Parts: sequence; C-alpha cells; structure tokens
Amino acid sequence: MGVAEIAFYIFAICAVTGGLFTVLSKNPVHSVLWLILAFLSSAGLFVLLGAEFVAMLLVIVYVGAVAVLFMFVVMMIDVDFAELRGQMAKYMPIAGLIGVVLLLELAMVFGVWEVSEGAEAARAAIAPDAGQVHNTAALGQLVYDQYIYLFQAAGLILLVAMIGAIVLTLRHRTGVKRQNVMAQMHRDPAKTMEVVDVKPGQGL
Amino acid sequence: MIGIENYLAVGAALFVIGIFGIFLNRKNVIIILMSIELMLLSVNINLVAFSAFSGDLVGQVFTIFVLTVAAAEAAIGLAILVVFFRNRGTIDVEDINVMKG
Repeated sequence: MGVAEIAFYIFAICAVTGGLFTVLSKNPVHSVLWLILAFLSSAGLFVLLGAEFVAMLLVIVYVGAVAVLFMFVVMMIDVDFAELRGQMAKYMPIAGLIGVVLLLELAMVFGVWEVSEGAEAARAAIAPDAGQVHNTAALGQLVYDQYIYLFQAAGLILLVAMIGAIVLTLRHRTGVKRQNVMAQMHRDPAKTMEVVDVKPGQGL
Repeated sequence: MIGIENYLAVGAALFVIGIFGIFLNRKNVIIILMSIELMLLSVNINLVAFSAFSGDLVGQVFTIFVLTVAAAEAAIGLAILVVFFRNRGTIDVEDINVMKG
C-alpha cells in the first residue's frame, strides 16, 4: 500500500467516525468538535483528489466559520441537553432502519452504475494538466469568467444571509441605558454648567 | 489503487449518517443542523470525486456554490434557533408548533 492509499484510509475513517460521533455524542460541544474532525478529514480527502482550493475553502469556511458559529450557539443557549437526549433510545430502531435501507439502496445503485459512452465528450470545462496550471488558478479562470453570474449570485446569497441573521437576532432591550451620540454632541455648556461663588466658611 | 468508488463510498456513508442523525435527534435542533451540514459535505465529496476522476472542473465550481449555500443556511438556521430559544426557552423540535403546521 502506498502513502496515498494509507492517507486515504486514514482520512476516510476519520471522516466517517467524526460524522458518526457528531450524531451520537451526548454533549453538543463534543458534537461540534467531532464535526470539525469530519470537515478536516474531508479537506484531506480533497487534497488527495487534487482539489486544493476547495480543501482550503472547507477548512476556512467550515472549520473557521460554521463550526465556530455552532460552538457559539451551543454555548450561548442555556438548555438542558441531557433532557433532550433522553429519548434517543426511543428513536434508535426507526433511525437505524432508515439508515440501513438507504445504505442498501445506495449499494444497489453502486452495483449497476457505469460510466456512459458520451461522458468524456460531455465535459463542460476540461481540467488543465495539474503540472502546468495550478488548481486554484484554473478554478479562478473558470469562476470569474464562465460562472461570473453564479458567483455574483453566491455573493448576494451571503449578503442576504448576513442581513437576515442580523435582523433576526438584533434586539434593543428596554430599560437599558444606551449611548446617544447626537445628544452628547449637542450638549450646551451654558445650560448644563453653573458657576457659583462660594463664600468662605459657608459652603453651598 | 484508490478509485472513485472509494470516495463515493465515503460520501454515501456520510450522507446516511446525516439522515440517521436527523431521525435519531428528533428533539435537538442543533444536532439536526449539524446533520444537514454532514449531508452537504457528503454531496461535496461526491462532486469533487467526480470532478477529479473525470477531469472536469465544473464539479469543483459547484462545490464552491454548495459551500456558500451551506454557510448561509447555517447562519440563518442558527439565527432562527437563537430567536426561537429567546421566545420559547426551548429548542425541542416537538415544541415548534406555533404555526400549527
């Protein structure tokens, strides 16, 4: 077995184990950590496939942003997770049944699956030789040229998601003192300050 | 030799684990969202595997778009979850019945 094959099996086992324990672990913080393991191992698989850009994107976006978001929410929400996990045993048989049935269906698809004759000719963007053009450069040429409108739409989706998340979660509590910058700037010294001539020995 | 079947098997396993997780954690919305992320990841693995083995870069382009949508979906989903928890004090799926759907 070569190095690439050993690496593939390590990454594959780590990805599947990470996914499994994401679903099974009792503590949601551990779930997030297992999810991070699954994402990192998948990034390793992508590197093995020669898709370095997508692999780094996976590390930055999923591990750096999405997993941290999950972690924040898990820690922000004060809920008794043990109570939520209580009925897991009740759902285990039906969940296992659905999983096994789906796995069997996918295995049956694998059994009869074959590449069609015209698949080679139907390629939309033939990947250039990896020795000459780097994966990131080739992908950039494709995304910024052929798929520019989809790329802009993706940016729009992110903008809408950002605005939506802020609008949903922003709240102004009543009864809390807030800074009013305009009121501070327009404060008039003549109205707020008073010079008092204090007589000796009298005080105010 | 590692062929495309190995990668597809990993993708299929992750997808099934995602569905399994949705049915297993019927009460915890956070884990359900994580399961959806796992399923999207398995789709990405399939796309990249086909892209690499057929020499067509479009698969990786679509992986980027799936990644974008997954990130947006996670952000919106967690925002809704936080708002729901603020209003109702629970994240139990069975309690999400305000709209009587």
